[in-house]
Amino acid sequence: MKLVWKNVILGILVIGLAFGPLVFAHNAKFAGADDQAGEAISTIDANYQPWFKPLWEPPSGEIESFLFALQAALGSGMVFYYLGYVKGKHTAAKAKKG
Amino acid sequence: MKRNTVKLILLSIGYLAMVYLIWPDNVYAMHIMEGFLPFNWAAFWMAVMLPFVIWGMRSIRKTVSDSASLKMLLAMAGAFAFVLSAMKIPSVTGSCSHPTGVGLGAILFGPTPMTVLGMIVLIFQALLLAHGGLTTLGANTFSMAIVGPFVSYGIYKGLQKLRAPRWLSIFLAATLGDLMTYVTTSFQLALAFPDPSGGVWGSALKFMGIFAFTQVPLAISEGLLTVMVFNLLVAYSRNELIALSVFRADEWQKISPSKTEVKA
Repeated sequence: MKLVWKNVILGILVIGLAFGPLVFAHNAKFAGADDQAGEAISTIDANYQPWFKPLWEPPSGEIESFLFALQAALGSGMVFYYLGYVKGKHTAAKAKKG
Repeated sequence: MKRNTVKLILLSIGYLAMVYLIWPDNVYAMHIMEGFLPFNWAAFWMAVMLPFVIWGMRSIRKTVSDSASLKMLLAMAGAFAFVLSAMKIPSVTGSCSHPTGVGLGAILFGPTPMTVLGMIVLIFQALLLAHGGLTTLGANTFSMAIVGPFVSYGIYKGLQKLRAPRWLSIFLAATLGDLMTYVTTSFQLALAFPDPSGGVWGSALKFMGIFAFTQVPLAISEGLLTVMVFNLLVAYSRNELIALSVFRADEWQKISPSKTEVKA
């Protein structure tokens, strides 16, 4: 099987895994639910108080999603820059040979 | 083959049913938040982290000092962890978590370079996203950037020695590394917050139920994505992979560059 098709199939599996829960558990809230971490801890130790607060918090959900998108964009930018670069190099080397 | 498929489907259905029966509510699954580890534990994990960071920096310097192309590959491995950590993906438990993405780099460069790169990702998220935290940086680095990469690297090398197919070695290395990260997180929380009746174990099981089960589908996703990227690297970055001795010697012969057709 060609490399492209192998990766397409793997990609479809990943998409299925990511979106499947939205279909199966459509009643769930899918919260990032960082607050619920506190609840889980306080069921064990009711007196625990976090002793340090984040230095800075994104002022709104929009800003937060902007920063997460930025993180993903920077990361995937570098990943695909690299893959494009080595693929180009590979093709060029092959053209030179043949 | 057919019977295996049926088994797999039954297993998946069983898993889903179990998850819904036991955890019908939303649960969280991410890094330990700012201020949520008592001071002594925060300091302890910070101290555990430090030698690995130094080891990792030395290892990075050694790897990249003489090769620009390896430097670029390392940057790509770091970027892979960066993008995957930003992806909060819904899971069957009805909450979201994110993969770690450190398995790829661990397979390529060994575990400790990923300690450094993973820590950088965690610092970024702690400072700009209030996700994880500076006081919990040591603990989160230990789980995501020390335990995860070491598990991935160990599984990859072990399976390669057993002559498992390469795709399977990579898939299991990345998947189990990701999963063990969250198992570790559970134990870290359990040590700091032992259950009044069940003790550390009782508490660990509680946290593990939350963390590990949410993480299962995401860990599988990470395994698949790592295989995808690795397929491309085998096709286009073969020399770098050989330089890093990622392949077994006999495998190397099989896919030596004399074959012009790329087989992944």
